[in-house]
Amino acid sequence: MKILVCISKTPDTTAKIAFTDNNKKFAADGVQWIINPYDEWYALVRAIELKEKDNSTVLHLVTVGMADTDPIIRKALALGGDEAIRVNADSHDSFFIASQIANVAKQGSYDLIFTGKETIDYNGSSVGGMVAELLDLPYVSLATKFDLNGTSVTVTREIEGGEETDEASLPLVVSCQKGMAEQRIPNMKGIMSARTKPLKVVEPSTVEPLTNIVSFELPPAKAGVRLVPADNPAELVRLLHEEAKLI
Amino acid sequence: MSVLVFLDHADGHVKKASLEAMCYGAAIAAKTGVATEGIILGTVSEDLAALGQYGVKKVYQLKNGTLDHLDAQVFTKIIAEAVSAIGAKVIVFPNNLSGKAIAPRLSARLKAGLVAGAVALPDTSNGFVVRKNVFSGKAFANVSVSTDIKIIALNPNSYSITTSDTKAEVADLSINVDPFKVKTVSVSKSSGEVPLTEAEIVVSGGRGLKGPENWGMIEELAKLLHAATACSRPVADSHWRPHNEHVGQTGIAIAPNLYIAIGISGAIQHLAGVNRSKVIVVINKDPEAPFFKAADYGIVGDAFEVVPKIIEAVKKMKGVA
Repeated sequence: MKILVCISKTPDTTAKIAFTDNNKKFAADGVQWIINPYDEWYALVRAIELKEKDNSTVLHLVTVGMADTDPIIRKALALGGDEAIRVNADSHDSFFIASQIANVAKQGSYDLIFTGKETIDYNGSSVGGMVAELLDLPYVSLATKFDLNGTSVTVTREIEGGEETDEASLPLVVSCQKGMAEQRIPNMKGIMSARTKPLKVVEPSTVEPLTNIVSFELPPAKAGVRLVPADNPAELVRLLHEEAKLI
Repeated sequence: MSVLVFLDHADGHVKKASLEAMCYGAAIAAKTGVATEGIILGTVSEDLAALGQYGVKKVYQLKNGTLDHLDAQVFTKIIAEAVSAIGAKVIVFPNNLSGKAIAPRLSARLKAGLVAGAVALPDTSNGFVVRKNVFSGKAFANVSVSTDIKIIALNPNSYSITTSDTKAEVADLSINVDPFKVKTVSVSKSSGEVPLTEAEIVVSGGRGLKGPENWGMIEELAKLLHAATACSRPVADSHWRPHNEHVGQTGIAIAPNLYIAIGISGAIQHLAGVNRSKVIVVINKDPEAPFFKAADYGIVGDAFEVVPKIIEAVKKMKGVA
């Protein structure tokens, strides 16, 4: 059994979002970088749990990023995983990233590929589906629960207003969200062993991106809150009804 | 040459996010002088000709009950065949759960650039540039698509529905349906409640409510307003409410017309999931709660005193005893 988990580097959830270079670039100065929470808490931790259940499982991590991604991938290795592969490229185009991951996946012939449901910076929710299509594999998106029995999979995914439970077989691509696993903190043993785990750097294959970000914009600032006195909540209801016309 | 809109449906009905996608697709088609068409896979109980009111000239249906469930791989292959048969150049998906499963696959299959999470019509003055949400609602990116075929996944509740008195032509599609590799074994839906991602109004509770036993007033207010209920992360993590109600950076991102936050301080991670709401109301006893900075209306007060009074006022307004 071989599992591949896709890892992205994203700004910390509390990072200030600003742009430079005429609004063409994210202002990365002073920004703390983290493992994309969906990749870490749900995809990676669930994969680690599967490996803990079956010790013969091989768990690889893959990321597409420049050398400044190494601390993030080491942090992921501190949580678990046998080795990591970094494709040495920088891109915001989901298709470019998915193509690089699909190439790595083809060479490793993995049974199971996990991604987070989306990154918290570009919010594309696209890489998992694209990887699945490029590898011609079935895909379950936005999974909240995943169980494995031999090569049979039972997976629960979110649907509008509820959940659906599906059955599938390996090989499979799954995007993971809340419910899959609980957040873990790396321990000292993990951190020490991550230093010596293999981190292979491979050069990207030539792929033409399909999209390109031309500029960023910040949303207009809110006009400010209109406070209603606590002893007259009926006034709030009146405002929502007559002024905002929402209720 | 046409704009093709994927019509997602459930329980026999075309979803609201699909109606928005049709209106959006029709606006793109009007700009370029082409027709808008819809594609629906599976069976619905409603009259497809009536979808003409949302701007589609023609609706292609592949009437096959198997397709009332989703296998993204099978759907992608069918849609790709339809795209080439119809000659569609722009394909619009609702960026809902089905759209997120299919649109990326179709993008990779057709090598067609995808903008996932679009919030505005494309700007065609210089190429084809679509604005989308990035940084979890904290910013927008203008994304240029350079490929011949373009795919847009439109965020729910970001384009208004307009209707006209027109009927659509309905045509049967005949495309081979591959066997599903992902088989649905069970579906569970909270019946009678409004799905969170489709709700126009959301009433949400946080730690300020002190415990799950105090959710009665949240549910009562939500019911009165035909709203969905939601909660903050600590509430879901403490198992006061189910995980699927957690809105925020690591939960669900929503964009209702009205978001009412009760006893939620408004941590930046929570705001990331709700900041696309059109109007935000915050009720919190702490005047320093950061949420007030992002709010349109607010009450500084104790939820246990304020909310019952709001419920009374709503009942009076709606004439409910």
